Amino acid sequence: MPEVTAQMTSARELTDQRQGGVIRQNQLVSEDAWQVVRLDEDGNLPSYQQPALLPLAEWQALVAAGEGSDHLAPWLASDTELTPELGKALADAPLLGVDFPNFNDGRGYTIARLMRERFGYQGEIRAIGDVLVDQLHYMSRCGISAFALRDDQYVEDALHALSLFSVSYQTGVDQKTPLFARR
Amino acid sequence: MYRYDTYDQTLVDERVAQFKDQMDRYLAGRLGDEEFRPLRLQNGLYIQRHAPMLRIAIPYGMLSAVQLRAMAAISRRYDRSYGHFTTRQNLQLNWPKLEDVPAILAELAQVEMHAIQTSGNCIRNTTTDQFAGIAEDETVDPRPWCELIRQWSTLHPEFAYLPRKFKIAVTGASADRAAIQVHDIGIRLNRADDGSVKATILAGGGLGRTPMVGDIVREDLDWQHLLTYLDAIVRVYNQWGRRDNKYKARIKILVKALGIEEFRRRVEEEWAHLKDGPETLTDSAVTKATSYFPEPERREVSAEAIEAYETLRRENRAFARFVTNNVVGHKVPGYKAVTLSLKRRELAPGDVTADQMDAVADLAEQYGFGELRVTHEQNLVLSDVPVDELETLWKALEELGMANPTVGTLADMICCPGGDFCSLANAKSIPIAQALQDRFEDLDFLYDLGPLDLNISGCMNACGHHHVGNIGILGVDKKGQEFYQVSLGGRSDDNATLGKILGPSFNAEDMPNVIDKVLQVYVEQRLEDEVFVDTYHRIGMKPFKERVYA
Ligand code: HEM
Ligand code: SF4
Repeated sequence: MPEVTAQMTSARELTDQRQGGVIRQNQLVSEDAWQVVRLDEDGNLPSYQQPALLPLAEWQALVAAGEGSDHLAPWLASDTELTPELGKALADAPLLGVDFPNFNDGRGYTIARLMRERFGYQGEIRAIGDVLVDQLHYMSRCGISAFALRDDQYVEDALHALSLFSVSYQTGVDQKTPLFARR
Repeated sequence: MYRYDTYDQTLVDERVAQFKDQMDRYLAGRLGDEEFRPLRLQNGLYIQRHAPMLRIAIPYGMLSAVQLRAMAAISRRYDRSYGHFTTRQNLQLNWPKLEDVPAILAELAQVEMHAIQTSGNCIRNTTTDQFAGIAEDETVDPRPWCELIRQWSTLHPEFAYLPRKFKIAVTGASADRAAIQVHDIGIRLNRADDGSVKATILAGGGLGRTPMVGDIVREDLDWQHLLTYLDAIVRVYNQWGRRDNKYKARIKILVKALGIEEFRRRVEEEWAHLKDGPETLTDSAVTKATSYFPEPERREVSAEAIEAYETLRRENRAFARFVTNNVVGHKVPGYKAVTLSLKRRELAPGDVTADQMDAVADLAEQYGFGELRVTHEQNLVLSDVPVDELETLWKALEELGMANPTVGTLADMICCPGGDFCSLANAKSIPIAQALQDRFEDLDFLYDLGPLDLNISGCMNACGHHHVGNIGILGVDKKGQEFYQVSLGGRSDDNATLGKILGPSFNAEDMPNVIDKVLQVYVEQRLEDEVFVDTYHRIGMKPFKERVYA
């Protein structure tokens, strides 16, 4: 009889109390000044400091007015329709936010994947919003490279969750060849 | 059948470790109920009326004797020594303890099993024809394709948070025994003149509160493109399916809202980007998958043995009944597939005790090359029995109480767990099944009625497929009282049709009489060998209505 691996693995000690923050390349980013700016209840843009992630329309308006900069970036709502024109226009963004208004809303996975695989976006794609530890693995497979954790999420859990899987069947942004072609 | 290599095993082991960690964090209060919910659901864990329930995947219904014994042991150790085979070819444990689930999953992993994606808003267990690989009317064995789909869909990173659950069914035979028209995606495999495999892809079927029959999205897709085409459909659904109302979130609602032409246009547009991409299947991938489903090493069955079996069938009435109802033909002469009936008075439809599981595992080793199938009618199948062993198998099944010669008849009901177990239920369903089994136990009467699907669901979620029952029974709630609505004329075969409601609902005590009246009308009005559902479609609802509400 083989051993019962999962039963045998002693539980991790849950000791580190740090919560929230941005994870990139498997570590907590110590300095990150990017602020996520959302419209207020009346649909107005609150005042903000740079660097800032702005709603897509606001960012596009600034770029059109020649006021784009390396300190301004757009975030995409989960219902964003990624037309070829938009996909191309986003190539210049210094950073791209993908919003998860609710962790059950899975549209952001497709958006991130399309930005990487169809539109060849090279910069950082950052998950914002309801970003939970247990979604990070799939997010990273879809090409999301930084995670702005929801405030109550534990950093050590997030890092652990990103290290769990060594195998996947399908292609993803992290794996260009499906397992059936690698066996 | 499919065997794990180190990749599959590693993936399942890592998944178990992941869930163990999630459970630890949940129990430590680091993970809230709401956040834990999709995680446990995608590992098969429901919280139900009495206790948690664990739904274990039986990929496309294939199970080995070794696995069934492991299930028996698990049900003894962690549950109440029985399990329930479901209409989606899975096995459900009704009473596990929440904290035990990671350990159960670890034990399952030892026998190459898991509960991944058996619930939740993701791509579920792919289902197929229970006679795959042996049916006389089959042109393509669906099992290798199901396995390729299983791998593609397992932990698919993009599709774990779909608007709603997503089910795929595959058939490769001329008669559809997999109900592909009432699945989110239905796949019909066939062969072109040059022998190559082609797929017809349907989308937008489903039962539940808004039952619909699927539409054809594409005909004659070359096999190489199967996975990229599935990716395109599910991606369109992930982006455009409704998320504001869970009752309108299935792909069928999207297909209906867009219309099949517009839906198809979007899928084809998406697929244009994915076509010939890395997920394009190769000869070697298909050859490899196919190699896991070899023809078993069947011994020759002599002409005399076949003759002796035919003689026995002529001379022994009880044996003949069993053969006529529970045994089906096989592509290899001298072999048969035998259905083990899980419809008997003492147990709820689909329930099997741990001791029975062990006994069935032994039978599978003795008579069926160590393999079994689970059917969506909640029965089991031994797929390769030589005719000269049928008599001894039959006797063994009699002893086990699994030889009821009623497969395909009214007594072979599909029935959901209903109000006895399920917190969504409007009414109990199992006692109705039992009352009907009691009332209509006379075999000659059942045979005279001929093939008849009677399906029971305890609420409009339709786990018991009542819409596609020739007779459907649906539990409804009226001011806190349990009532039952009857529908007639549904079918899930090649001419999938949704039943029509007979009229106002009935209370539980009246049900046997109501069904009896419906059957009387059929018996009086049928023409020669006409089956129930054909008589209904010929004469319409009116005569039934007049008799029942007279
Ligand atoms: C007791 C716990 C169960 C609960 C809470 C439950 C819940 C549900 C719900 C909510 C739906 C409808 C979803 C929708 O239409 O979007 C559904 C559908 C379904 N369930 Fe269950 N179910 C349970 C047990 C079962 C069992 C034991 C079976 C197998 C016998 C089963 C088989 C199905 C099938 C085949 C469908 C759907 C068909 C379709 O919509 O295409 N369920 N279930
Ligand atoms: S049909 Fe309703 S009552 Fe029956 S199992 Fe499904 S959800 Fe429960």
